[in-house]
Amino acid sequence: MSAHKITDEVIEYVGILAKLDLNDEQKEKAKKDMEEMLEYVDKLNELDTSDIEPMTHIFPIENVFREDEVTNSDGKEATLLNAPEKKDDGFKVPKTIEG
Amino acid sequence: MSIKNKTAVEISKMIKDRQISAVEVLEQTIQQIKEKDEKVKGFITVDEDEARKQAQIIQKGIEKGELTGPLAGVPIAIKDNIDTKGIKTTCASKILYNFVPTFDATAVKNLKEAGAIIVGKTNMDEFAMGSTSETSAFATTRNPWDLTKVPGGSSGGTCAVVASGQVSCGLGSDTGGSIRQPSSYCGVTGIKPTYGTVSRYGLIAYGSSLDQIGPVARNVADCATILETISSYDRFDSTSMKRDKYDFTSALDKDVKGMRIGIPKEYLEKGIDDEVKEAVLKAAQIMKDKGAKVEEFSLDLVDYAIPAYYIIACAEASSNLARFDGVKYGYRSKEYEGLHEMYKKSRSEGFGDEVKRRIMLGSFVLSSGYYDAYYLKALKVKRLIKEAYDKAFEKYDLILGPVAPTTAPTIGESLKDPLKMYLSDIYTISVNLAGLPAISLPCALDKNKMPIGVQFIANCFEENKMIAAGQTLEKELAENFVLDFSLV
Repeated sequence: MSAHKITDEVIEYVGILAKLDLNDEQKEKAKKDMEEMLEYVDKLNELDTSDIEPMTHIFPIENVFREDEVTNSDGKEATLLNAPEKKDDGFKVPKTIEG
Repeated sequence: MSIKNKTAVEISKMIKDRQISAVEVLEQTIQQIKEKDEKVKGFITVDEDEARKQAQIIQKGIEKGELTGPLAGVPIAIKDNIDTKGIKTTCASKILYNFVPTFDATAVKNLKEAGAIIVGKTNMDEFAMGSTSETSAFATTRNPWDLTKVPGGSSGGTCAVVASGQVSCGLGSDTGGSIRQPSSYCGVTGIKPTYGTVSRYGLIAYGSSLDQIGPVARNVADCATILETISSYDRFDSTSMKRDKYDFTSALDKDVKGMRIGIPKEYLEKGIDDEVKEAVLKAAQIMKDKGAKVEEFSLDLVDYAIPAYYIIACAEASSNLARFDGVKYGYRSKEYEGLHEMYKKSRSEGFGDEVKRRIMLGSFVLSSGYYDAYYLKALKVKRLIKEAYDKAFEKYDLILGPVAPTTAPTIGESLKDPLKMYLSDIYTISVNLAGLPAISLPCALDKNKMPIGVQFIANCFEENKMIAAGQTLEKELAENFVLDFSLV
């Protein structure tokens, strides 16, 4: 019934983008969810927007410039306070470089 | 002296007049929380020790005459997506189950400087994604008016602890109605300010272009007072607006004589409960009686707001929530091989279903091949919605409407069908897309004695008009409509 068919490949790809690990059951559910949601948002296609500029900000946003002056310390200790794992003065993560 | 049923402004005045001390106020508040929150489950964290320490300091400041503002000594609850230095801030998510911020959000900093006392952090939908507070990883908050009903969401915890008289006021955040809709369900008053008015620094982001922090309280005067305190230009928020004035309380003395108020007829046509519609018409009649000119008009594009919102909000969420990867803070999976699996497993185990659903949808609409068809399309519709409001505000000072189509639903009903749950935000969501301010306040009770709210929407930077209208409505209702905040 749905005009949108989300394939296994698409769900796989979106899972990679989203950095989420879904099992087969969750993948099936995500497919159904997404198909329903896309069907719903298709409503927007009733509107002709060919001459409309997309609007990201409500108000005109300008660059704000200031002098690059240090006003705080490096906050190293505070920054590491919530680290799940730390070593010396850094966040500890699994090895990322082979060799 | 008891602070039972007192508003924030009344409490600070009692302290100033030496009828009670800030320390005693806090003890009574903690007592109320202990008695009531077991049933309501509105708080995720209550920090008694830190609050007691603060109350001592604040009391001294008041005695010395250093703290003279209208929130000095007032205990306040903060939604758990707003950073509080030294107090756990979880976004009601397992992925931030142990996160303790090392700084205060600017809104919290402003409150502290005014002498308000942070008593605790309130429950919410996980990462503010939801309309019932049921997607919280930690607890299901209950509506004080009927414990089998939801308090609304996503700021359901803040609204429920105010409605049950545990505290006089609190902060929420509103991305698509998350302050106004639970305020309506719980019979309290809430304001969503103009985008950029309250700094988002320290508000853990959901949809950055839509999010605003705002007050929740028992009446309009408290909301205006809190808004005045938390609003500020902030260089730590790149979308913060430098406003000419941050005065919202002077509007409390203004009337609505001569004001032009429009009611979108689309809001009253379909899908709305008869009793909610009656409440809106009752509010309209009161405004007319007080000298406003009220009429129905056609607001374009009402049906397009929810689909546009979900595309934009989910797209921003998928980007904002990329930072939760198990490296810098929060939950890290116990078993993994390599960095990528650590990211994936930490996120998959840490996020709940609704959050994952929205991250997936957001990643999809931003992905190449779909970006133009969905994300860009939604941004174009956003412009059309903004223009529809611009047109309406050429004719009207304020827009009056319902907050939600119904009163609070029963716990467990809404999550079965997400699309149906999203519909409960139909009257609130377009306000966020257009960056407008709006106030929600209680106007009636339905046949089951559940509160019904109405909202006034103003043009950008015109909070004072809606505060004046809200105050007028509240005053007129007061004679026959006194809400009970000690139901639990």
